[in-house]
Amino acid sequence: MILAVASGKGGTGKTSISVNLARVLDAPIQLLDCDVEEPNAHLFLTAAPSSEEEITIGVPKIDAERCNACNKCVEFCQFNALASVGKAPMLFPELCHGCGGCMLVCPNNAIREERYRIGSVTTRQAGLITLKSGCLDVGVSLASTLVHAVKERRNPSTTAILDAPPGTACPAVATLRGADFAVLVTEPTPFGLNDLKLAVDTVRELKLAFGVVINRAGIGDDRVRHYCEAEGIPLLLELPDDRRIAEAYSRGELIVDALPEYRSHFERLWQAIDNESTKQRGMPYRAGVAR
Amino acid sequence: MTAALDPSFGRAKNFIVYDLQTQDFTLISNTQNLNAAQGAGIQAAQTIAKAGAAALITGHCGPKAFRVLEAAGVKVYNTDVPTIAEALARYKAGELTEANAANVEGHWV
Repeated sequence: MILAVASGKGGTGKTSISVNLARVLDAPIQLLDCDVEEPNAHLFLTAAPSSEEEITIGVPKIDAERCNACNKCVEFCQFNALASVGKAPMLFPELCHGCGGCMLVCPNNAIREERYRIGSVTTRQAGLITLKSGCLDVGVSLASTLVHAVKERRNPSTTAILDAPPGTACPAVATLRGADFAVLVTEPTPFGLNDLKLAVDTVRELKLAFGVVINRAGIGDDRVRHYCEAEGIPLLLELPDDRRIAEAYSRGELIVDALPEYRSHFERLWQAIDNESTKQRGMPYRAGVAR
Repeated sequence: MTAALDPSFGRAKNFIVYDLQTQDFTLISNTQNLNAAQGAGIQAAQTIAKAGAAALITGHCGPKAFRVLEAAGVKVYNTDVPTIAEALARYKAGELTEANAANVEGHWV
């Protein structure tokens, strides 16, 4: 089963919710950090990396002897990764999306595939939590490709929590697509509400079962709660604005470890996800997972 | 010729190709690049090379466009003068220096 934790607005607490949800579960669980442009779940789980896998795409390698500068590959490339200056095309691998189209349209069989690194997936084992973190290399724009690489490394036999990137653009959609349930984390501010609405539109478009968590409840106003009521969106949890949570966060500590009184909040959140999943999808989220 | 010189290269609206012998000029549209998600400079550089230009006068030129222009044997001159006519006058007077590298960074580095 796949649980995606997303938000419209950045900095609302996706990672905090993800790592603490993972920690209170009394069973093996996978945590996939899909925020590949700035993965940070590993900061809260003290475990050394057990493996690091290089993620590559196939970019064209042009054989200058076979190439007759017909330019079919240059015309085909929608990403302007190939440039023609009269001889064999120049390649800009950092613009290539690895679609392989240039190889298909080349009439002279002059293009073969070469591996080009875009980032890595690092695995760590912290107690019952298996953490896989995607990390996009600096200067590379293929965030969604790396999100897919992280998701492909999910073990389908245990529950997985996917920590999504903020926003509602391609990398967030790539994370959410195929999830069994989405938790949308927001804060009770006008910014939080505006971006929550965008996230709700996205998960509705993807036809996902979902609910909302309000983090730092007590700041701002009641408009997020009123919006959820009006839209019939279940409020799964309200986590209060507590300075001690921020202090624990600043030390890289889990809320449920530093402040055990909050453990029950996250256990209730699992319960709420179960209930809503049953209501919206006809099956509990944690089917088969023993507590 | 009195029009303002666009400081950017890849996403400039038009290019003027000027013939130093005949003093004629033609206008090449670059509109297909204005909304390109990426690689506008690379495309624009190919347009310049295809037009047969031996030299390019522009406000800024990034690293990828520069590589293409260099490979195509097009010399690059940077200037911050306000109009095309003035840029051309400076070029003719030999007051512009040929660039040996891009004068701005790429957008993702």
